[in-house]
Amino acid sequence: MTYLAKRLLTFPLILLGVSVLVFLSIRLIPGDAITAMLGTEAGMLTPDQRASLAAYFGIDKPIWSQYLSWLGGLFQGDLGISKIYAKPVMTVILERFPLTLELALLSMVIALTIGVPLGVLAATRNGRPSDLGVRLLAMIGQSTPSFVLGVLIIFVLSVYFGFVPAMGTFTPLFQDPLANLGQLIFPAITLGFAFAASVTRISRSAMLDVLSEDYVRTARAKGVSTMSVVWHHALPNALIPVVTLSGVEFGYLLGGAVIVEQIFALPGLGRLVLDAIGQRDYALVQGTVLFIAFNFLVVNLLVDLAYAVLDPRIRLGGR
Amino acid sequence: MTPLLSVRDLRVGFGSDPVANEVVRGVSFDLAAGQTLGIVGESGSGKSVTALSINRLVDFGGGRITSGSIMLQRADGTALDVTGANEHALRHVRGRDVGMIFQEPMTSLNPVHTIGAQIEEALRINRGLRGQAARNGALAMLDRVRIPDAKSRMGYYPHQLSGGMRQRVMIAMALASSPRLLIADEPTTALDVTVQAQIMALLAELRDETGMAMIFITHDIGLVAGIADRIMVMQSGLVVEQGDTATVLDTPQHDYTRHLLSAVPHFTAGRATRTDSPRTEDSDPVITVDDLVVRFSIGRGLFGSKGAVHAVDGVDFDLMPGETLGIVGESGSGKSTTARAVLDLNARKRGQITVRSSRSRRPIQMVFQDPFASLNPRLNVEALLAEPAIANGQHKDEALRERMKFLLNRVGLPEDALTRYPHQFSGGQRQRLCIARALMLNPEVVVLDEAVSALDVSVQAKVLDLLIDLQREFGLAYLFISHDMAVVERIAHRIAVMFAGQIVEIGAAQAVLSDPQHSYTKRLISAVPAVERRNQHFAIDTTQVPSLLRPVGYEPPKAQWRQAGPDHHVRLEAVS
Amino acid sequence: MRILSALFRHPSGRIGVIIIGLYLLAALLAALGLTPHNALKMFAIDRMKPPSSTYWMGTDLLGRDTFSRLMLGIGQSLNIAFAAVACAALAGTTIGLLSAWWGAPWDGLMMRIMDVLLAFPAILLALLIIAIVGPGTFTSVTAIAIVYTPIFARVVRGPALSLKQRDFVDAARTFGSSQRYVLTRHLLLNLVAPLAVQVTLALAWALLTEAGLSFLGLGTQPPTPSLGLMLAESKNLMQQAPWLMLFPALTIMLGILGFNLTGDALRDILDPRTQGRTA
Repeated sequence: MTYLAKRLLTFPLILLGVSVLVFLSIRLIPGDAITAMLGTEAGMLTPDQRASLAAYFGIDKPIWSQYLSWLGGLFQGDLGISKIYAKPVMTVILERFPLTLELALLSMVIALTIGVPLGVLAATRNGRPSDLGVRLLAMIGQSTPSFVLGVLIIFVLSVYFGFVPAMGTFTPLFQDPLANLGQLIFPAITLGFAFAASVTRISRSAMLDVLSEDYVRTARAKGVSTMSVVWHHALPNALIPVVTLSGVEFGYLLGGAVIVEQIFALPGLGRLVLDAIGQRDYALVQGTVLFIAFNFLVVNLLVDLAYAVLDPRIRLGGR
Repeated sequence: MTPLLSVRDLRVGFGSDPVANEVVRGVSFDLAAGQTLGIVGESGSGKSVTALSINRLVDFGGGRITSGSIMLQRADGTALDVTGANEHALRHVRGRDVGMIFQEPMTSLNPVHTIGAQIEEALRINRGLRGQAARNGALAMLDRVRIPDAKSRMGYYPHQLSGGMRQRVMIAMALASSPRLLIADEPTTALDVTVQAQIMALLAELRDETGMAMIFITHDIGLVAGIADRIMVMQSGLVVEQGDTATVLDTPQHDYTRHLLSAVPHFTAGRATRTDSPRTEDSDPVITVDDLVVRFSIGRGLFGSKGAVHAVDGVDFDLMPGETLGIVGESGSGKSTTARAVLDLNARKRGQITVRSSRSRRPIQMVFQDPFASLNPRLNVEALLAEPAIANGQHKDEALRERMKFLLNRVGLPEDALTRYPHQFSGGQRQRLCIARALMLNPEVVVLDEAVSALDVSVQAKVLDLLIDLQREFGLAYLFISHDMAVVERIAHRIAVMFAGQIVEIGAAQAVLSDPQHSYTKRLISAVPAVERRNQHFAIDTTQVPSLLRPVGYEPPKAQWRQAGPDHHVRLEAVS
Repeated sequence: MRILSALFRHPSGRIGVIIIGLYLLAALLAALGLTPHNALKMFAIDRMKPPSSTYWMGTDLLGRDTFSRLMLGIGQSLNIAFAAVACAALAGTTIGLLSAWWGAPWDGLMMRIMDVLLAFPAILLALLIIAIVGPGTFTSVTAIAIVYTPIFARVVRGPALSLKQRDFVDAARTFGSSQRYVLTRHLLLNLVAPLAVQVTLALAWALLTEAGLSFLGLGTQPPTPSLGLMLAESKNLMQQAPWLMLFPALTIMLGILGFNLTGDALRDILDPRTQGRTA
């Protein structure tokens, strides 16, 4: 249990660090906060107006006190007010989040269902043509950035099939699952392709490592069939690094969503960040970045829990 | 009567051209039902590959049988040539006809399945048992290999068991399928000597109970003496000699067998100790260790310490110039921690280490167990040997180079070794390099921590001889740490036996080995295999090493000593 | 040199090295101004020309030669990638090495700081930095360097911790070797292999990130040619001028592939455990 206890203890610590970093980075923006907020219009303010604005936003207080009150807001889900949407940042984020979450999960499902079997297949045929083919494919997959693949997919669909994926709209899953899937399937393939390649590579090398372990030899020595050796004895051990990778990659998926949502013009969190940066809506930038980092951390905590499920050495502690 | 197993001219090769890379080069032998064959050889002799060919596990390690036959009588009366069998037939050979146990109990069990499930699987595949029947069968097997409290251990994962217990589980798993032949590939090499004795006793008893045949593979010719009916000696892929155990051991025909029997250290209960004791009444010790205590606290965290492992608890000894003190004990006895504490590699909690040195700024040097780990692979020999000198303010000049060449020469390595890298040397040569490096600063004491344990038996003997020569030439005192009683017998003037962090017996080597007084020393010495201890019945004994984890602030009671001879002291045991 | 010839004997390593070599050559020629056409000059009469013997990869909306622009773009991408990875490797190695060597409590503190940085998806952290400083070449370098520093720190710390436990480090302590000697000769020298692999793979990732940032318009700013920007600009013209999209897309992919192949080959060559397995 010490391992999990340690992870549970460091989680809030890192979260605190993340909040400090996000808070400070926005304060690092050159120029004063009022100008940053209002842009050129700030020049028209009188000193009195400036001072009252500063008092209103609390930026006349010392920085640690600003941080504490901001942190206090965070605990109540208050991420400030978005300038461009004139709504609470939290509301805006929650409107956009379902799309990005679904996109990331869908990509992950695609990547794992393709990657794990391919990796296992390649490992059991180590050195044979099918292994070489899988490895070549995985290498190319890993070297194809989502923005290249996305543009290529749109190109092929529009030029050769005369089909333009519905862009700019989003139908929630529960409203019309088919329309929803039609909108998300190509973005999800785009986003999950490189991830599938990494999963394939990791599964293959983990599987190769495990297949040369002594306990696999033991299983063979007692007459276990090849299928059972692979799926029952080797795979549970080989999945451990795959789970690690999935945790890390989920972060990349959330990040990669920025680019894929831009290509397919999907109104998700990624587009929101880009718009916020473009229009200097710092409360929104800060809120979205923090929100995504929080989700990433939660996923990694879940990954640590998954470890414990998969590996009794972690669950029960060492001797 | 047809033998159970008949191997003819077996050849096995590896890699893309197995004929060119043969590891087994024409091995033939027969094994009758119920018989035990001991295969003896050093690393690279092809003994394990021969064994792995019998159930064709060698295929999965990249090996291929290039020619020969392996005829196996199966339980249903048919004979099968394993070399030509398909994977389907082999699956029934493995487990049902031929069971196998391996060297590394730590890695040979699947870490994600419980030991109960792993035994049940064997019962399910090979005996068709399911559900409760399989569970009961597994439980019965655990009982048969004498795992205490088997019922609750069924749900344990391998990492929750000690090495000896895991090896018992391996045996239970192999025997669950009631094989007619059990192959044991160095099954006790990774275990402590008293645990080895327990496992050997168990194997002998189960063999007699079930009437199965056994192939026992080992590098230790003394170990097969106790269990085998026949012995086969292998060297570089060839059988150099085979015959009845008594014949091979008493009238060896081949030079290599004679070499294994004579040149290799064998335990003789104190008859092979050194006689050149440098200890006199008026000499001053070069090191005096007084009440050495090393503890590692456990669970240090927010909530304070849970306790401490008392790795070394109140150890005293002294070491005279030119003398070897052998510290023996099993894993966890604190012998290596003691060695490291003498060199300040482990922080000590208490204790005085007094060194009287006249000739060196760093009078104590060390040689480690693993010659592959103690030489930086990225530095050449010149840089490796120069490091101690440079660290102590010398410069890389001609005088230093001369000293390096002198020492290389002295440990039996060529001068041109200077420009080579560690991976270009064999294990024995690397250990010689480590010895040369330890002598660079002209020390008075060399701590040898299992310094020959990682070497092949015939190399061991040569390195031991070199150490004794160097000791005389340079007047070195050795602190020789080892788990191997036979090796210690050869080199030590005095012996200290450690158990659970404490010295339980110390004195002249001859006295301690021939007339052990403490109950642990007796147990240890009786567990050591020896050529003359043939077909001996090891008593089944499941004594476990006590936990060294103590609550915070615990202090052991003061040791009471009894004198058993002129230089022989024994710790008094608590009456229980 | 030994490594290079070993790479050449490795089948995928050879392809990787050749690709990297060609890219370096293109970047060098572009830097010397030896492009087939002036990459920045617009030729109004030659707008949107398909590939031909004059314009090998066609021209863009403003009549600029795609091939020449790609050469300059490669140079720009490689500059940013090399600078960023050099900074990240230097900072990360120092942090990882000292963390491992000093142990608690410094180790815990520094690694938690690295964890905080790793809590952001790479591109998001880069975007946050760009939001603060504003887009540009220097920002890209800084952002990518900061993103990869914790990765290097982790890559170095693990092996450094295990090297620290090795007998040769203990042996050095018994001779009284200086801390500097142990850190450089016993630890760093043995970390060269994993670092070489990591640097090569990080270059692939840095190229990807750089192209991604420019694709979003937040990296290299026009009129400096950049691969990501060229791809982004081609999006609306893909029906009329597919070459404008295909060539930058392939250039980006091939460059990343080159570094990935080389990194993988290096791992095979330098790791004795996998020797012979994936050759």
